[in-house]
Amino acid sequence: MSEIIQKVKNLSVGFKSQKGHEISILKNITTNIKKGETVGIVGESGSGKSTLALAMMGYVKQGLFKMGGECIFNSFNLLNMNNRELEKIRGRKIAMIPQNAGQALTPNLKIGYQIDEALKLHTNFNKNEREKKISELLNKVRLPSPETIALRYPHELSGGQQQRVAVGMALAGNPDLLLLDEPTTGLDVTTQAHVLELLNFIAKDTGTSMVYVSHDLGAIAQVSDRIIVMYSGEIVLEGPARDILKRPIHPYTYGLLNSIPKLSLAGLPGSMPGSQPQPGTKKEGCSFYDRCNLAEEKCKKNSPDLEYINELKTSVRCFNYKKLLKDKSKKQLSTSRNEKNIKINEILNLTDVSISYAKQKLLDQILNKITDTNPTVKDINIDINKGETIALVGESGSGKSTILKSIAGLLRTKEGNIKFNQDRILSNDLKKRNSSDLRAIQLIFQNPDESLNPNHTVEEILAQPLKLYFGLSGEKLKNNIIDLLEKVRLGKFYMTRYPRQLSGGEKQRVAVARAFAAKPDIILCDEVTSALDVSVQAAVLNLLQKLKEDFGTTYIFVSHDLAVVRAISDRVAVLYQGRLCEIGPSKNVYKFPSHPYTEVLLGAVLEPDPDIKPKLVAEDIVEDKPPEKGCCFQGRCPRILGDKCKNETPPWQIGDNGNAIRCHINIKELENIQNGN
Amino acid sequence: MEINKAKVNKKKSIFKKISEVLLTMASKPSGFIGLSILVFHILLAFLSPFLAPYDFKAIDPSLMLQAPSSEYWFGTDSLGRDVFTRTIMGGRTALTITFFGSLIALLWGGLLGIFCGLVGGKIDDVVMRVVDAFLSIPWILAMLLIVSLLGTSTQVLIPALGFFYGKGIVRVARAATHDVIAKDFIVSARARGHSNLSIIWNEIIPNVRDAILVEGAMRWSWMLLGFSSLSFLGFGVSPPTPDWGLMISNARGLMSFAYWAVIAPIVGLSSLIIGINLTADAFAKALGIDRSTKAPV
Repeated sequence: MSEIIQKVKNLSVGFKSQKGHEISILKNITTNIKKGETVGIVGESGSGKSTLALAMMGYVKQGLFKMGGECIFNSFNLLNMNNRELEKIRGRKIAMIPQNAGQALTPNLKIGYQIDEALKLHTNFNKNEREKKISELLNKVRLPSPETIALRYPHELSGGQQQRVAVGMALAGNPDLLLLDEPTTGLDVTTQAHVLELLNFIAKDTGTSMVYVSHDLGAIAQVSDRIIVMYSGEIVLEGPARDILKRPIHPYTYGLLNSIPKLSLAGLPGSMPGSQPQPGTKKEGCSFYDRCNLAEEKCKKNSPDLEYINELKTSVRCFNYKKLLKDKSKKQLSTSRNEKNIKINEILNLTDVSISYAKQKLLDQILNKITDTNPTVKDINIDINKGETIALVGESGSGKSTILKSIAGLLRTKEGNIKFNQDRILSNDLKKRNSSDLRAIQLIFQNPDESLNPNHTVEEILAQPLKLYFGLSGEKLKNNIIDLLEKVRLGKFYMTRYPRQLSGGEKQRVAVARAFAAKPDIILCDEVTSALDVSVQAAVLNLLQKLKEDFGTTYIFVSHDLAVVRAISDRVAVLYQGRLCEIGPSKNVYKFPSHPYTEVLLGAVLEPDPDIKPKLVAEDIVEDKPPEKGCCFQGRCPRILGDKCKNETPPWQIGDNGNAIRCHINIKELENIQNGN
Repeated sequence: MEINKAKVNKKKSIFKKISEVLLTMASKPSGFIGLSILVFHILLAFLSPFLAPYDFKAIDPSLMLQAPSSEYWFGTDSLGRDVFTRTIMGGRTALTITFFGSLIALLWGGLLGIFCGLVGGKIDDVVMRVVDAFLSIPWILAMLLIVSLLGTSTQVLIPALGFFYGKGIVRVARAATHDVIAKDFIVSARARGHSNLSIIWNEIIPNVRDAILVEGAMRWSWMLLGFSSLSFLGFGVSPPTPDWGLMISNARGLMSFAYWAVIAPIVGLSSLIIGINLTADAFAKALGIDRSTKAPV
């Protein structure tokens, strides 16, 4: 048994409401962190996971206060120490890596200087030793050429590199415990996989204990030895990572794992009804009672205790865990999609679409000359069939949202045209589009907080498209709104509510209802689920699928989450640097990813399964500009052929599975190489 | 009928909202004090003609510069007029002119700012440079010029003050618009094909209204000070209308031995300004706006 370095005992943290009630956010948390182990804390937003991690470094956010219990690190009782004493521990003994390294680094100081500052504070090295240590640290976090990186400013690094610097800074004081608060959440899939691999390496190499806080079970699965699942401020399940992921014995964890879309699984994930109770609303009984399908009468009255099961080395807070324990069948609760044979009836054709953000000079504008030879998005040819769901996938900067905006008319295309219903070319200029074209294409946005006017009630929000396109008013308008709300499974009483009175999932439902109010032919979904918790995400995906089956709407679905795309799309188009790499039916693209980039992308996806490790084949570089000539993926391609890829634009090839790829290597050969691996 | 009903409901909710905001404002001591002072001054402005013990323009040389007494509570001025009467009536003109002046400032400044924020581009550039140019002109000089050309009537003072105090509001309204313009609900309205006017009315104004109203309330107090300065210089209201700025100006030469004739209007003016400032701050807090950064708290 290795020694315990952090002991959390009966910790409760809460806040005072305006009426003076004490409302707890963390309830009686007790857990230990051993030397050298990595503990993952997982939970949906509002479960108290970050509050717990911060308490472990003796910090309670402003507005919150400790209601009871203690955090003991080695022999220090952190929550009773004053700031001066804590300074000696923070950074040296316990270090924290924040979610957004871009914001955590000072923008006007060079990387080297910032690390030097941390070293000055936490070590007794002299100047030469510090300099040596800086390059040692940057080497350790595997940044290329540490000497030049140290001289750069944070904005000159990519997101992944910034996160590496943050890891390096945290390691400067040689801490015994590293706290990581969603360290990979804002990163691209491939970068995320690399950062996690680095963290694993550091954990093994230095023997540092880590506490990894995330909502992403996929990331947690890759790094953790032990997992703590939090729900509504309580630990509901705690135990070895493998057991928890493979055989979750708490109904919440079970549902959570089920609601995550997986690459290996076609069809939509099962959703969990309801949402987490708000702090202070639940009085008695199990906090998961409302959403639990194992719930009994006694769960309503009595709150279960955290029970330690010796043979599983797991603690669980549930009366009925034995039912889940017996349930050995590994069935996935997934609703399969009706994959109807879609009639070839094209509704939208993108032909040679190029979009540039570069500003044209006035003279060129007048002469109608195209000056930008290397536009952000180039040569996009996609034909979209009526009633299908086509997904555009790619990392950030791949131009997927840009394409969506130009379809909606919010961004002008430089070249090419967008044809609607095979007969009408949609105007480049939003103002020149007629009302029926505008109505036919509707948008749903990523973040429902931003896409709903905070000063309008749900009724006013839904009334807008109905008034604009159909001129409805009075009773008719009201009935239509009620009808829409019922379609997205919200009741009539939501009409008078403001967006701030709704949960994230409810807000997104309102946004979906607003898009459907226009009776559109095409709905553009821009990362519609990435701001939502997984259990809510599953519900929204199911809703979208249901509505599509009812109305025959075409979806153009943009996402960086490949598993979500797998769950919902019929066809998928893979983009890199604004160029199409591969397009084909999703089941084939996911089964036989032919293009090297698709292979890299799919290989980096994290699954909530400790046995599936991401394959890291390509270099983790971020290119800020597409190459002038040749293949767009030449900079990172693991199968690059040489000058041919650098100079010639690769041709389209169509494989037996119906995938079309753009690569110089023969598609058969690519399939063989991958099968051989 | 249905539509009428809906309208009634909506009106009620606005009343409810206003009363809620007022209650929140009054729940903090500073807001309560500010509101009380403001309400007191407004009531005084309405009722002072009936409360005044003497005629405000009755001159009596025999009563010149009398010290405060039970008969003349605040004493008399150099022309023998009752200072108490003139003080309680001295805020009427200033309050009326600056209230309507602020409304004009709010309207043109707010709308122009929102418009510039929304359309952006060249129009925005040109308009903002013109506004900047006006900001660089000392307003009091420009006001003196206007007043000496056009006279000191209310019809001149209200729009002139409204114009000069609206420039700052343009900037605030434009900045507030920039905050919301990038949000997806505006993009969504644009993509649906709403006109600019409809976007301004439905999407932007509800979101910038609070910030602009608070700014307008602050401008009101500044305008009051500005208007009193004009009167002090002799370019505001014309005698014998009672006005604090004018009273201070007239009595300041005799301050060393007849302090009462100066102190009463000073207390009147500063208490009103403090009252408006406190109210504006409480108003901002009640609406959830942090005035130092203009960001919602």
